[in-house]
Amino acid sequence: MGKLLRRYLQNPAALLGGVLLLVIIAVALIAPLVFPRDPLSLAGRPLQWPMANPHFWFGTDASGRDIAAQIFYGARVSLLIGLVATSIAIAIGIVIGALAGFYGGYVDEALMRVTEAFQTLPNFLLLLVLVAVFGSDITTVTIAIGFVSWPAPARLTRAEFLTLRNREFVQACRVLGMGDRQIIFREILPNALPPVIVYASVVMAVAILLESALAFLNLSDPNVASWGNLIGSGRGVLRTQWYVSAIPGFAILMTVLAVSLVGQGLNDALNPRLRRTIT
Amino acid sequence: MNILLLALRRLAASLPTLLIILAGLFLLLQLAPGDTVDALMAQIGGGDPATAKELRHYYGLDISALSQLARYFLRLIEFDLGQSAIYGKPVASVIAERLPVTLLLMSTSLCLAFAGGTALGILAARNIDRWPDTLISTVGLIFYSTPSFWFGLMGIVLFAITFGWLPAGGFEEVGSGLTGLARVIDIAHHLVLPVVTLALIFLATYLRIMRASMLEVRGLDFVRTARAKGLGETAIVIRHALRNALLPMVTLVGLQAGTMLGGSVVVESVFALPGLGRLAYESVVQRDLNTLLGIVFVSALLVIAVNFIVDLVYGQLDPRIAAGR
Amino acid sequence: MSALLEIDDLHVRLPRGADREEALAGVTLSLVPGEILCVVGESGSGKSMLANAIMRLLPAGVEATRGRISLGGRDLLRMSEAEMRRVRGAAIGMIFQEPMTALNPLRRAGDQVAEMFRVHTDFSTRQIRERVLALFAEVRLPDPEAALQAYAHELSGGQRQRVMIAMALALQPAILIADEPTTALDVTTQARILDLIRDIQRRRGMAILFITHDFGVVAEIADRVVVMRAGELVEEGAADRVLNQPQAPYTRALIAAVPPLLPRPPRQAGGAPILSLVGVSKTYRSGGLFSRRLRRVTHAVREVSLDLPKGTTLGIVGESGSGKSTLARCIVRLLDPDGGNILLGDTDLAALSRRAMRRQSRRVQMVFQDPFASLNPRRRAGELVAQGPMLHGMKRDAALAKARDLFALVGLDPSAVDRFPHEFSGGQRQRIGLARALALEPDVLIADEPVSALDVSVQAQVLALLDELRDRLGLSMLFITHDLRVAAKVCDRIAVMKDGALIEVGATADVFRAPQHDYTRALLDAVPGRDWSRRRESAILSAIPAAIPAG
Repeated sequence: MGKLLRRYLQNPAALLGGVLLLVIIAVALIAPLVFPRDPLSLAGRPLQWPMANPHFWFGTDASGRDIAAQIFYGARVSLLIGLVATSIAIAIGIVIGALAGFYGGYVDEALMRVTEAFQTLPNFLLLLVLVAVFGSDITTVTIAIGFVSWPAPARLTRAEFLTLRNREFVQACRVLGMGDRQIIFREILPNALPPVIVYASVVMAVAILLESALAFLNLSDPNVASWGNLIGSGRGVLRTQWYVSAIPGFAILMTVLAVSLVGQGLNDALNPRLRRTIT
Repeated sequence: MNILLLALRRLAASLPTLLIILAGLFLLLQLAPGDTVDALMAQIGGGDPATAKELRHYYGLDISALSQLARYFLRLIEFDLGQSAIYGKPVASVIAERLPVTLLLMSTSLCLAFAGGTALGILAARNIDRWPDTLISTVGLIFYSTPSFWFGLMGIVLFAITFGWLPAGGFEEVGSGLTGLARVIDIAHHLVLPVVTLALIFLATYLRIMRASMLEVRGLDFVRTARAKGLGETAIVIRHALRNALLPMVTLVGLQAGTMLGGSVVVESVFALPGLGRLAYESVVQRDLNTLLGIVFVSALLVIAVNFIVDLVYGQLDPRIAAGR
Repeated sequence: MSALLEIDDLHVRLPRGADREEALAGVTLSLVPGEILCVVGESGSGKSMLANAIMRLLPAGVEATRGRISLGGRDLLRMSEAEMRRVRGAAIGMIFQEPMTALNPLRRAGDQVAEMFRVHTDFSTRQIRERVLALFAEVRLPDPEAALQAYAHELSGGQRQRVMIAMALALQPAILIADEPTTALDVTTQARILDLIRDIQRRRGMAILFITHDFGVVAEIADRVVVMRAGELVEEGAADRVLNQPQAPYTRALIAAVPPLLPRPPRQAGGAPILSLVGVSKTYRSGGLFSRRLRRVTHAVREVSLDLPKGTTLGIVGESGSGKSTLARCIVRLLDPDGGNILLGDTDLAALSRRAMRRQSRRVQMVFQDPFASLNPRRRAGELVAQGPMLHGMKRDAALAKARDLFALVGLDPSAVDRFPHEFSGGQRQRIGLARALALEPDVLIADEPVSALDVSVQAQVLALLDELRDRLGLSMLFITHDLRVAAKVCDRIAVMKDGALIEVGATADVFRAPQHDYTRALLDAVPGRDWSRRRESAILSAIPAAIPAG
């Protein structure tokens, strides 16, 4: 564990990603302290340029809301959605991938058909449908994003299980008389987990991007200070006040970049010789 | 021959997948509060229950969900996707109007992303840990982390508004009456920004895979054999590493076909392109069930078709596939 | 005779963090025209690094720091990369251990050999084709025309190695470097490839630097031998002298560890069989639901019937694909046999449900081949051994205490139970695997190639341990191996398998002395270094006549 941390910290890109992510987490945590008011309430004259009024660091949007406050609160939304949706996707993915990879045969065939169905369907289209059916409050959106993101981790887990289940140590467990459940969760899973954990960073990056795209299209929760919402609302004034869209977009870029760098750093630290990047 | 047979088998195997998708979605939409008629009534400013009932009967919404599904499947066999409630035309013709734009956008972007990703991936892998690799990987990661719609908006700000080089949206100049080559050039002019936007996001993914794949192949035994034969580094890349390294890239095209269609929903709506993606967005907003299902059906067919081509190409690249293993 | 290749005080540095500083620490040797020089050593001796250093194909981070490698008066280490490329292939050809991965899977064999000519000569396409065909004929590929068009996966292991040899010979290099070229091959294929290499060497009069770990192969092929250990030369001399009168203590120990081809005296066959196989079969089906044409059926094990008398060891011998490992896995029900009975006492293991088999599992245990893959890397060694007893109802403390006792039994330090598998060497891991199997006090122990991944000196220790434990615990053992030397050392009886079928069973001494089946005879004839072993053995036997079993 210590060795892993040391290898991680020796990698400048990973270090940068880690620091960036910590800053974003800090921003999310202190949002209510810095901006005690509701970020979606009217704060001042609309469409003031950044720093034009020292009170509004990033200016105000077309409805006179403080952009800085929305950026700070938006960090909470993005991180929370990313985290929860990723947990859902990874949990579903691990269970389905583990069962398919361990048992093979008909179980694998059936589960992979379903996985394939999910992958054949453009995931953003499916997300649109889910949101249209179940509404677009923040909980629904989060669950829906998690629900459309599980196939890739499932395939990864399955591939790991397929190679691990024929390893001799697994055969040894079966020869000792160990039951399937114990073999899957206590013996194989700990060995299959590291690449899946690394992959979680990709899922999280995509989840944040999906939510922002949904919000941009006005299909996410309008009552939440989401960066995507802000970009969407800035579209109307793009010709003159482009900063309304530019600033939150940059925030998304930085967050996704931080998550990806941390994921790559973890990957490099886990496979020091391979240096293999995954998507 | 054998490759074609195998690809056809894979194609046949995707039929159940298609059925799972359609049945799942159809039943899912039954859970939606309100139906097409509710949406229609709301649009025309309300109406009496009798009209609503009549409309429901007209759209076939007054029978059980399962019968609706069965009826839907039966009609699908004749490629009858039903009537679009919002557009007042058969869904098939609405989709047919929109499909070419999306196909053009997707195929151009895909080619750009694939070619660019391959070239840059090779360049990065050959210069691993030196400045070209660092630069390419960093820029790639930044593109990967950028939301496509924001990228498009910033492109509009820069190239359409500030410099005025490119149009800010649309597929072609409406009412310009251009024909022939002039029209082609006009469309190309309009598509530069959307294509680049969509391509850059995926280029990042392709380049990362190509780089990783090249690095992996470079360490394989047969590359050592090639060195022991006295081949130079460039010859090794071209004659031995490239074809092997392309295999995961080809797989990725199949895996990403769906994601790319999803991406075009957003890009089309940023650039006001009359494509399939934008149609999907409109029909979700307006609860046009028939159209939405039609789009899903056509998208799934599209993804399956892409995967069929991917299988054929893969079989051409890798002789082991035809051997059945 | 003047040397063709001279290596003088060669030092090769390993990257930081490796287990030692230098892969090669001052190696000096020379290769004269027309000789086969064997470089022999155990894993980590630096023998492959030597081959790669000559070709300047060292892995990233490893570099030659001192010394000279001169070829025709020029120092290879100081050549430019472009000059070095003209040496590779043209002046020095090279063949590798794993012919499957050494060939590009996506290009035809003929094309890959032709590339030699395209890179180094300006022959026309027709000329190249003729040359490649001639080369394929020279390396005795059965159908040269077909081989031109074949991909690696369409050739057998031996054929692939022949293609590699053809490629290395293409430009008639004066020197051939062969890095363990027969290690991945079956014993009969190995014999044929060795034969081919020696034949070509004589015909062309080239010099061969032959890297190997196997003294049997050395005895077959070498004119001169260099023994390496930890990057240094230990001994050098004519093959005959080194093999029969080794001077260095290390060489002596290595040669003593090579099991003689002398069947062990059989133990008293203790009456009733403890395990009986009756008509056991296993068939694999592959291919699709849709096309009957693509479906194929492989008979991995066909109607095998065998008895294992209590307290004895039965060896199951065969080449890869013979079904010996499949049979072993059927007995412990890692695979479900399609037919037949597996009678352990009066229980038919083949007829048990999965759940019932789990309860019976403590009666038959298995030791695996790969010391690295057979232990879960995330569990402590003691836990791995205690797991079995705990699964069958023993309390954790008692099981861990038992694990300590077993560690002592298999010759490990009992205080090492808290370490993780990666902290042990290969031989020690095999001991942990053995302790894990013994923890359940099984009636029958199945050992699946338990020493084939180990270096010869470690192999000898593990075999000695198995021998001792069998006598102390009265173990009944089924010993799967491809190595007849190992079989001769540990087995009372031998069963020979080929293509899934049992072709011969008998007392080890009988099978060795008078094999009944042609294939058994071929296997015995193919054992590398058998003539050398026979001479050694007759020397041993005449020295200690008491060792001859009475009757």
